Amino acid sequence: MYRILREAWRLGKVGDPMPSSSSPKKATPFSRSAVIRHVDAGSCNACELEIQALGGPHYGLEQAGLRFAASPRHADILLVTGPLSRHMAAALQDTYDAMPKPKKVLAVGDCACTGGIFHDSYAVLGPVETLLPVHERCLGCPPKPEQILSSLQNLLHEGLEQ
Amino acid sequence: MNEEALWENGSAPFRVIAGPLPIHQRDVLAKDWQTLAQTLRRRGARLLGIWGEERNDRQYRIHALFLTADSCYWCNLALAQGVEGFPSLAEIFPTAVRQERAIADLLGLRPQGNADQRPWLRHAAWPSTFLPLRANPVPLTELSTQGDTDYAFQGLPGDDLHEIPVGPVHAGTIEPGHFRFTCLGEQILRLEERLGYTHKGIERLLQGQDPFAALVLLGRVSGDSTVAYAWAYAMALESIAGVHLPERAQALRGLLLERERLANHLGDLGALGNDAGLAFALTQLLAIKEEMLRENERIFGHRYLMDLICPGGLTMDLGADTCQQLRASGLRWQQRLQDLELLLQEHAGLRDRLVGTGTIAPDRAVDWGMGGLAGRASGQAWDLRVQFAPAPYDRFPMEISLASSGDVASRWAVRFAEVFASLRWQEKLLQELPTGACKMPLPLPSVGEGLGIVEGWRGEIFVALRLEAGRIARCHPHDPSWSLWPVLEEAVLQDIVADFPLINKSFNLSYSGHDL
Ligand code: SF4
Repeated sequence: MYRILREAWRLGKVGDPMPSSSSPKKATPFSRSAVIRHVDAGSCNACELEIQALGGPHYGLEQAGLRFAASPRHADILLVTGPLSRHMAAALQDTYDAMPKPKKVLAVGDCACTGGIFHDSYAVLGPVETLLPVHERCLGCPPKPEQILSSLQNLLHEGLEQ
Repeated sequence: MNEEALWENGSAPFRVIAGPLPIHQRDVLAKDWQTLAQTLRRRGARLLGIWGEERNDRQYRIHALFLTADSCYWCNLALAQGVEGFPSLAEIFPTAVRQERAIADLLGLRPQGNADQRPWLRHAAWPSTFLPLRANPVPLTELSTQGDTDYAFQGLPGDDLHEIPVGPVHAGTIEPGHFRFTCLGEQILRLEERLGYTHKGIERLLQGQDPFAALVLLGRVSGDSTVAYAWAYAMALESIAGVHLPERAQALRGLLLERERLANHLGDLGALGNDAGLAFALTQLLAIKEEMLRENERIFGHRYLMDLICPGGLTMDLGADTCQQLRASGLRWQQRLQDLELLLQEHAGLRDRLVGTGTIAPDRAVDWGMGGLAGRASGQAWDLRVQFAPAPYDRFPMEISLASSGDVASRWAVRFAEVFASLRWQEKLLQELPTGACKMPLPLPSVGEGLGIVEGWRGEIFVALRLEAGRIARCHPHDPSWSLWPVLEEAVLQDIVADFPLINKSFNLSYSGHDL
């Protein structure tokens, strides 16, 4: 136990300062905190790597009032990656429907925003907005954790009222 | 034909394919297909992959790639005009079952003798008459977004058993797939996987592409193995062109591959600790991984090293001062990781979860033909970098990391051992980094067939490629996950449901690389 504490002490604080958000802050429901449900709709898994990195000690995800949930029932924001493969469309729709209102959708990565390099395939629907209303887009292949974080903060600052 | 005769002087003997690893290729007749596979199996071969193509109008081919201790064997079965079935290898190599089902889904060729004829990559979104890999697939009139509701899971009979369906959307930030557990109380009696949710039609997209432009797509078959895929693809192109890369280019490619291995191992080790309830491991290891990713960004220009390898070499080069930076941080991480490994190894709570969980004993690993990281954790000494020492591993030898009990603790130990091996290797390489060019022109003939194979962090990744009229006629990228997903179904037996995340993470197989 002592050695674990010592290592933790040695690592110290590695976090970066919060990225500033572009939208003005309004006092709306959930403007300080929101819960995210992530769905991979056919990504190449590099976007997932960046979302996992976002949960690491360098990024103050929880400090920003954000947290990932295991169930859509607990979520305010649906974070979608991938070019929306046909095989995931039904599962994505079910996840969205299972979330309580108000709710928002964040498309992460070129694939989710535009269909990316998979756009012309028979097996994908292209951008996520062909199925769900998308409120915020985070471009990049894959976008860096700080970009994802600032997109999430934009959503927070816009508020979650429908 | 007599088996040995088939081997020694069959109708078409093996020809050698140029490249950094020994690859032998030959054509096989349908009647000899299974016999040859049996002979190879008896010679200790593993099946790396099996795939199909339409060569000319309604003239199909099945390809299989085998690996023995001394070479890769690429066998081609040309079916007679209009024949839409082929002899199955499922009885000889158990991992062929799903790959042959995928051939039936994508090309409409039936594996004769494969007991499992259910669809695999095709769900409900298009009819079975649509065959995406045929030259002229049936036109898409009825594409849908329907969910896959009537798949015939096999299950187990019994009144006191219950089923737990999990996925495709999982609790954590991972890729989608469906797992069907049959349990007695907490104990898992059966697990059946249903994959294909991330199927993006990559192979169809590749057909007809410009071979240089296709590199972007190849680097995104499975994002966590982008270097390995790009390298394997470049290797296939370079073998078609018949060029020999400059030493520095080979060395830098090796550096990228080992850094990809490091980043993935660090992330997975941390996640394993977290799944066992030790958040400390996740925080510490993710901190080191993040430092490495940032260094990748700073020095190579991309956190995951995407789009750096190009046919003929690399798109970047290293300066002398950056070599020093890389060495300094490598030594620093090595020190920190040594402390951490010791500490975690002695953590009783963590050991309790890892030891004896998710076991694949060495004899079963032989039956499955396991390779890669999971194979080495079950005592299977397969590692392309060590076996064949292709450049740059000829000048800078790599050590093999092995364990024998085949449980989560073994996979943990092999990962840690490989982290240290890669760090030491990086240090050796950077001390004497070969000088010279790191890119050369690639005079690509407009027709040709080639294959590239690389030891990615999960195992052997290969890309088979055929060019026609300067375009890609067929390209098959193959992930080792194809052969390891079925093993996972066995690894969880007799363990409890709560241990599944831990066992799954210890393999951390690719969905995207498998679903294509
Ligand atoms: S945006 Fe890029 S990194 Fe993300 S899933 Fe698509 S191809 Fe992969």
